[in-house]
Amino acid sequence: MLTKRIIPCLDIKNGRTVKGINFINLRDAGDPVELASKYASENADELVFLDISATEQKRKTLAALVLKVASAIDIPFTVGGGIGDLEDVEILLKNGADKVSINSAAVKTPNLIDEMAYQFGSQCIVVAIDAKQIEGKWKVHLVGGKVPTTLNLFDWAKEVEQRGAGELLFTSMDHDGTKKGFANEALAELSQIVNIPIIASGGAGNISHFSATFTEGKADAALAASVFHFGEISIPELKSELQKQKIPVRL
Amino acid sequence: MNIAIIDYGAGNTKSLQFAIERLGVTSILTSDANTIQQADKVIFPGQGAAQSAMVKLKQNKLDLLLPRLTQPVLGICLGMQLLCEKTEEGNVKGLGILSATVKRFSSQVKVPQMGWNSIQSLQSSLFEHLSSGTYMYLVHSYFVPVIPETIAQSNYDGLYSVAVQKGNFYGVQFHPEKSSKAGQVVLQNFLNLT
Repeated sequence: MLTKRIIPCLDIKNGRTVKGINFINLRDAGDPVELASKYASENADELVFLDISATEQKRKTLAALVLKVASAIDIPFTVGGGIGDLEDVEILLKNGADKVSINSAAVKTPNLIDEMAYQFGSQCIVVAIDAKQIEGKWKVHLVGGKVPTTLNLFDWAKEVEQRGAGELLFTSMDHDGTKKGFANEALAELSQIVNIPIIASGGAGNISHFSATFTEGKADAALAASVFHFGEISIPELKSELQKQKIPVRL
Repeated sequence: MNIAIIDYGAGNTKSLQFAIERLGVTSILTSDANTIQQADKVIFPGQGAAQSAMVKLKQNKLDLLLPRLTQPVLGICLGMQLLCEKTEEGNVKGLGILSATVKRFSSQVKVPQMGWNSIQSLQSSLFEHLSSGTYMYLVHSYFVPVIPETIAQSNYDGLYSVAVQKGNFYGVQFHPEKSSKAGQVVLQNFLNLT
């Protein structure tokens, strides 16, 4: 049986791991390769690296990091953050990334999704969507949630699926950093609308939040950062608890 | 030991090379017919779309070379699917080593299947030291049905072939290079084949 995935997310800035609380205050949480190996050995199912650096050497630094990660770990990983064109994707995949995640560039140039899926295959194209509710409507936001767009979350999700995305990474900006649980209602609705896997992100605070997002939220995978980085939740403990609740996980 | 990984532009061969390196063996990524023919073992990776993969194989006449190989060959993911006669993906003709037709998962399930699924009915030395129920990492929208050459099954939208073998040709739908320790065992078993 296909299992639900637990995905630690490593925010990367200039080759180091950081995690922003609500995407603003950054705290150093270690060396990415070391942290990645630790998570792989603890049975994390997958990893996401989100590069938030904005330097000119960014592309080179990130490619070098991806290569180091690929040599060290034997589970799949996704790389995202500022990916803007086909060349970015090609460099990351060639250096050992399994999937890439695109966000703002997809909103600005939706056709990029089609081109990337055609050239590299849908299986490696993840579209990340950051959204929050404005007057009761889920609106897509850009630049780490700072810039609102007029796009409706559910319309956009449907469109990215039709354009060839292989997976959705949905972050609720209303839940991110709150540690009060994932946006399960919106997640369940997304699962009704699209037929590609959905990663829930934003709001993980305790183990019951994970079980809720898999049951109520119908998520295929759940992503979190600080609860793992600061040892508030251990992955083996989380997975054994999920198994007790009859949620299929890989132990 | 000489391990040739067929280079035809398939994505993420780096991870495969690293995985083999971790077993203490070096591999060469090549599209050269002589190098491939002389290798002790050949790995046929795959990622992306069937149609463009076959086009790229044909550019180097690898579609003619591959079926004639006599050493152990391991097709991975799309590499396994292309061992078949044809695939519903773009109605493409494969290498025809297996007579099966590759099919698409129905919309009853999320497509692609993405993640870790258990494998069962293991019937090959490829799975030595592994038990039924072991988890492997998979990403695919198309599958090989259960056929006489099936050597392991998995369940997603029903049972399907997660591994096949015909003579010296082996195929695995999962990514051994991304399947943690269990995947490493499969790669080691493949390297141990004679």
